[in-house]
Amino acid sequence: MKVGVGLPNGLPGVDPTMVAQWARHADAGPLDSLAVVDRIVYDSLDPVVSLAAAAAVTERIELVTSILIAPLRETSTMAKQLLSLHAMAPGRLTAGLAIGARGDDYDVSEFGQATRGQRLTDQLGRIRQLEEDGEVRVPGDHPPLRLLIGGTSGPALSRMAQLADGWLHNGSPPRLFHQQVAEAHAAWADAGRPGRPEVWSMAYYALGDTAEAGRDYLLDYYAFTGAFAQRIADGLLTSPLEIRDYSQAYADAGCDHLLLFPTVPTLDQLDLLADVVTSATSTSAGTDQPAR
Amino acid sequence: MRIECVGGGPGGLYTAILLKAGDPSRDVVVHERNAADDTFGFGVVFSAATLRGLEGADAPSFERLWEACARWDPVEVRYGGERIRARGNSFAAISRHRLLHILQERARELGVDLRFRDEVADVSDLMDADLVLGADGINSRVRAHFAEHFRPRLTVEGSKFIWLGTTQRFDAFTFIFTESDAGRFQAHIYPFSAGVGTFIVECSDDTWRAAGLDAVNSDDLAPGESDHATIAHLQDLFADHLDGHDLVANNSKWLDWTTVRNESWRHDRVVLLGDAAHTAHFSIGSGTKLAMEDAMALADAISTTTTLDHALDAYVSARKPSVEGIQEAASESLDWFARYGRYWGFDPPQFAYSLLTRSTRVDYDNLRQRDHRLVDDLDRWYAARDGRVPLVPRAPAFDPIDVGPTRLANRLALVATPDDGAVVGMPSSQHLDALVRWADADAALVLVDGVAVSATGRATITDAGVWTDEQGRRWAEALATARRGGDARVGLRLVHAGPRGATQPRDRGIGRPLPRDRAWPLVAASPVRWSSTAHRPVELDVGDMEAVVQDHVEAARRAADAGFDAIEIHAGHGGLLASFLSPLTNHRDDDHGGDIAHRMRFPLRVVEGVRAAWPRDRLLSVCLSASDLEPDGIDHDDVLAVVDQLRANGVDLVHVVSGQTTARSRPEYGPAFNARWSDLVRNEGSGPVMTSGNMPTVDDVNHVLMSGQADVCVLGRPLPALPDWLTGTRTAERVDITTTTERTAGTKEQA
Repeated sequence: MKVGVGLPNGLPGVDPTMVAQWARHADAGPLDSLAVVDRIVYDSLDPVVSLAAAAAVTERIELVTSILIAPLRETSTMAKQLLSLHAMAPGRLTAGLAIGARGDDYDVSEFGQATRGQRLTDQLGRIRQLEEDGEVRVPGDHPPLRLLIGGTSGPALSRMAQLADGWLHNGSPPRLFHQQVAEAHAAWADAGRPGRPEVWSMAYYALGDTAEAGRDYLLDYYAFTGAFAQRIADGLLTSPLEIRDYSQAYADAGCDHLLLFPTVPTLDQLDLLADVVTSATSTSAGTDQPAR
Repeated sequence: MRIECVGGGPGGLYTAILLKAGDPSRDVVVHERNAADDTFGFGVVFSAATLRGLEGADAPSFERLWEACARWDPVEVRYGGERIRARGNSFAAISRHRLLHILQERARELGVDLRFRDEVADVSDLMDADLVLGADGINSRVRAHFAEHFRPRLTVEGSKFIWLGTTQRFDAFTFIFTESDAGRFQAHIYPFSAGVGTFIVECSDDTWRAAGLDAVNSDDLAPGESDHATIAHLQDLFADHLDGHDLVANNSKWLDWTTVRNESWRHDRVVLLGDAAHTAHFSIGSGTKLAMEDAMALADAISTTTTLDHALDAYVSARKPSVEGIQEAASESLDWFARYGRYWGFDPPQFAYSLLTRSTRVDYDNLRQRDHRLVDDLDRWYAARDGRVPLVPRAPAFDPIDVGPTRLANRLALVATPDDGAVVGMPSSQHLDALVRWADADAALVLVDGVAVSATGRATITDAGVWTDEQGRRWAEALATARRGGDARVGLRLVHAGPRGATQPRDRGIGRPLPRDRAWPLVAASPVRWSSTAHRPVELDVGDMEAVVQDHVEAARRAADAGFDAIEIHAGHGGLLASFLSPLTNHRDDDHGGDIAHRMRFPLRVVEGVRAAWPRDRLLSVCLSASDLEPDGIDHDDVLAVVDQLRANGVDLVHVVSGQTTARSRPEYGPAFNARWSDLVRNEGSGPVMTSGNMPTVDDVNHVLMSGQADVCVLGRPLPALPDWLTGTRTAERVDITTTTERTAGTKEQA
């Protein structure tokens, strides 16, 4: 399983000029990817612009939208942006798309909430088509853009299975994740797709005595879910051990790529996570040895 | 802090106890409209988990409660003259009267202000308190007062029930199923003290009327008055189980089961708990148990959170999702009781298994963990249906079955992915290699998906086909290789994609249309596009129908010549034949449209033609979407009518799937998601039925088979990944035959 880290683009207190610095640090390793979140009516930075800044200062690390609320955007211009990013960070972009959960983001948009599911399905097909037909063209040489779909409902899984390359799960206790992975695989098989979907998921973390600040952020960010915000805040990973256990459980349950999002906007959060991942990698290499 | 609790039932009292015990400086007032000993009802059941919670929350009340409880382990199902017991459960029950007495006593000790005969006329009078609890039951006034904030939804579920008691001794949680001329009745019975048990009788609305039990209107009875005419009737109906003992009345009258849900459980300083917040059908657990669990969650949230505001949110977030889970299980259970007439006639073991696993919270695997001897016996019963009783129990998945003239060595099937590399229908070597591996995977039936009956019947440009003799010969060669490996029955699933045709290869998605210049013309029942991006089909002309029938017939003949054991005609998932069956896609006004008898004419012509060309001694299957999973689609009766005609036309196996009639279908992909449809076809229709969809393990298959929802199951893809140490052995096998022979022998001995 690969492990990525979030850019702090969705954290209200972030120093906007620090985003590029975060990306540069992350590129030094050991994390596999940099991910962004998308909110309109919130104190946050645009996901595609943030990834563009990251692209300019990185050479290795994968870039991921997790997720982009596609129905809020006009399709051809969104395709142009994503393909441009994919060209400027050659082949490193994976675009995760979903309908998003917040009504207020739609309230300020020109696109309605009522038809967002169907619109996302149409957009998904259309982005592929625009890329393949060369109607939306970008310079450079890179593999086709990988598209993921987020959401756990039947229609979301159906959309994913029919038109995406993989599935982006929104985080849950590992046992529930295990069942949901089975559903994603079943949707894929039901649609008659060969192989299986790539499975991505995410979690939030706060390391080094910042748990309370991290929880406060999640309670605020998810305030629109009502009482559920508390559950999400309770799921915050606050120690190296919790992160290792969670990652292991996710790997065992069939996750291909886990994204860990910061909840505190300081650069040391990235370093602390890098330490956890580095030590986890070396430990597991050690235990694997005797078996081989 | 001042806490006002409306309602002095177990939920309200227990919350008051825990809050007062947690901090004696709190002022806790309980307002109860009835008198202290003025109680209705019989027993209340607790599970082991609830008891553990009660013990941890307040030891003094737990000890008194534990002393007063009746405890037992088994669940017993009485049906068809047999009694089947499942052990490994743990229940305790207490009379409601005794429970209230214990809780009142404990509350008084702690200094809770208990006010009986104190009806709260206006909830706003209490709003100067720090916390107001709506624990005032199913007809909650607190909920009604703030209805715009709680947004309650009350659903009358169409089942009639009546609470009674009995002096007959029962030593298990007992379900009795019985039948009279009017219909079927079931009793849910549990003991709660020496010599008394709760005896709830339930039936459908129709049965209730047919039995004349509507003679007494419950609304006309005074509070506390019982419906004695009903009681006499039921006394008679269940006489065999009562051994002369009486049914006892206590405010007993027929009620409609109502499920209560609230969008929100909290408004400002007011929270709901117990029946005011939620109800779940008694077949899943008692409302009192849920109310007392609410009390524990609320008290815990208040004691572990810094502000009351956060605490109330924490209570709701901790409790609401799990209650909704229980309500979901309860609705599955209700649904089972509403449809079990379909299972009337099952052998008792299968009926009992179906009942015990009805809520989907218990399946084959965890029933085995609770009571392995019962599951061993069920396995033996399953295997013994052909007359031979096996000494060693065998899981249902590995039981052989005769499907028409074909014996399948077990009940596992595999459906191989369609070819993604065929050139003009000629199957790719990669695909044929895969077929050989699948045939060696120990499933008794292997079907190759997506084999087109004509070039224009292909879904994608890379689909394999069997529309030329040369293609037939390629299949024959591959099949000959596959035969050397396994002894699976191997078949082709014949497809005419109809409106789903002319699409790009599946590696980057399905249903992506080919550019116009490369697309072939599509046909369908009516010119309805499969999705918003698909090419529009033209209506299949009556004059062209015979050619399509012939394509299927020729394909079947080639499959027969190639030596295949089975074919499946795909008439589901929105292909050409499916487009005729569904009213969503068939708008014809000729002889092939309209009611189901007309809509199925053309698909039946195909089946008839294929049956005539396909050898009688080989398996013929038809795949069908039993629901379109969108509004105004094909209904149950139409599906059963189609299945009836398929059987009459010599179809051995019906493979039941759902959805994909158009891209708008809204599927859910939970465990064995098509089994509810195969259940319909198998138990309201006739003949062997196969299902597929999210059954990744053999135990998933065992569950579907044991509960009688299908006869053969398609094991989920992808096949489980093999660990390195296992694939390592396999590689070694190829490299050095002598050493691996020894190794394999060693492994077998260890196993």
